[in-house]
Amino acid sequence: MSATSTERTLSPTAAESSGSAASTLDLAGVSRWYGNVVAVNDVTMRLGPGVTGLLGPNGAGKTTLLHMMAGFLAPSRGAVTLDGAPTWRNPGVYRRLGLVSEREAVHTFLTAQEFVLASAKLHRLPDPEAATRRAIALVEMESAQDRRIGTYSKGMRQRTRVAAALVHDPQVLLLDEPFNGMDPRQRLHMMGLLHSLGDAGRTILFSSHILEEVEQVSGTVQVMVAGRLAASGDFRTIRRLMTNRPHVFAVRSTDDRALAVALIAEPSVTGVELDRNGLTVRAGDYGAFTRALPKVALARGIRVRQLLPADESLESVFSYLVEA
Amino acid sequence: MSTVSWITARGLFGRRRFLMLLPLPAVLLVLAVTSRALGVDPGQWGPPVLVGLGLAVVLPVVALIVGTGVLGAEIDDGTVVHILTKPLPRWQIVLPKLAVATGVTAVTVAVPLYVAGVLAHSVRLGLALAVAASLGALAYSALFVALSLLTRRPVLLGLVYVLIWEGLLGNVVSGTKVLSIQQYVIALADRLAPTELLGTTVSVTVAAVMTALVSVGFTVLAVDRLRSYSVAGETS
Repeated sequence: MSATSTERTLSPTAAESSGSAASTLDLAGVSRWYGNVVAVNDVTMRLGPGVTGLLGPNGAGKTTLLHMMAGFLAPSRGAVTLDGAPTWRNPGVYRRLGLVSEREAVHTFLTAQEFVLASAKLHRLPDPEAATRRAIALVEMESAQDRRIGTYSKGMRQRTRVAAALVHDPQVLLLDEPFNGMDPRQRLHMMGLLHSLGDAGRTILFSSHILEEVEQVSGTVQVMVAGRLAASGDFRTIRRLMTNRPHVFAVRSTDDRALAVALIAEPSVTGVELDRNGLTVRAGDYGAFTRALPKVALARGIRVRQLLPADESLESVFSYLVEA
Repeated sequence: MSTVSWITARGLFGRRRFLMLLPLPAVLLVLAVTSRALGVDPGQWGPPVLVGLGLAVVLPVVALIVGTGVLGAEIDDGTVVHILTKPLPRWQIVLPKLAVATGVTAVTVAVPLYVAGVLAHSVRLGLALAVAASLGALAYSALFVALSLLTRRPVLLGLVYVLIWEGLLGNVVSGTKVLSIQQYVIALADRLAPTELLGTTVSVTVAAVMTALVSVGFTVLAVDRLRSYSVAGETS
């Protein structure tokens, strides 16, 4: 990759390929650091047609990675290329790339129609009015399109931004936390929209810190934890990995020691620890353990005072993935 | 009108800070009209109103408000991303914005300066002030647009330049006058309409060359900085 390449060098090929063949976004050994802090650490991935979810807890580097993909941040090391062309310092890539950033920044003084039309004109589309109508219809904003964006709800602003990013029918669409602030109906509609774009051969990547969102939209996931790509591939495989991991419970009862003895005999239990605060029980099978515990306690005449899943936070799920 | 300048103008006039443009030119007008009506000698009120207020305060402050408003405000609230995610060479973004900033500043400042110049001396002085102020508007706008991309505090740095460098040091250390847009504007106006009212300190040649250099140099710098525009990481 030549670091000095300007917009002029790559634009002709970019113009010709727009709207035809599917695009591939490539990340090769991409790292980004700020001073001593490494935000993204040696990430290599290839994104092709279809919907991909970028999953990870807050602060994992998802936004930094998306900004590098979208050409808004230079990688400290490695290269981000869209069909072979670098995205950094190369505005030509925006013919094939659309971005919906997380920051809810819109020109509140414009109406949705004016805003999307301005995007269409900036893209120099042959028929900006028609492209605007199509994009606004895609996000179902026709009824409110002539109101100022300042009067919209968060979800409506988000849809307007998606319409503006889709107005030139890009091959690649990047969305940073697109479901934030949407009500369930809007969320469902947006998921449907992303699905249909992916089915139509577009390369769609959206980031999220919510497992269920990713589960509903995408078959492929890239999981980021602490700047690294922790897992990538089919969602079901990763989900199975997540559900089969040992579950940890904090248990308190009238007789912790007796309960510990009884529990270790259960096949679903893989380990028990006894300390002043009660028992820490490790179970291989979530369902079997939670069914077995009341029976065991009842049989021994022990009363369970407390049963808490100890590590159900998303971070622990992710950190388990890193170790796996 | 290009789409970029249309959005820029809508953004400029759609924000409340636009109203901040009005009081300063109004004060300039009121002072000139009052002085003339009371029959004060133009040699007495001319220099402080035309130069001290008009060229030293109204022009740079209006240019600062507008110049940081056309790009800096969009960077602040993040809306600049919408314009940047378009396949436009970056000069096609910087030049329309610079044109809007220069045009709005020139109109806001040149009109009251023209009126004040006519009242103080002659139509020729009025026109000279208006033309010189418009050229100054271009140089200041290029500086403040570039400043919006070089620092996160363009307004503060711009104020430091106008108040400390041009205002304070310009009067104490004579060498700083060679790097003062204000002095170029005074020299150009005085060349176009020689009077006793404007005291020049730099030669016309220096003023003309430096105005062109400042305008072109900071524009080129702004285009280059916009090419490498990075979104600051907020969460990570």
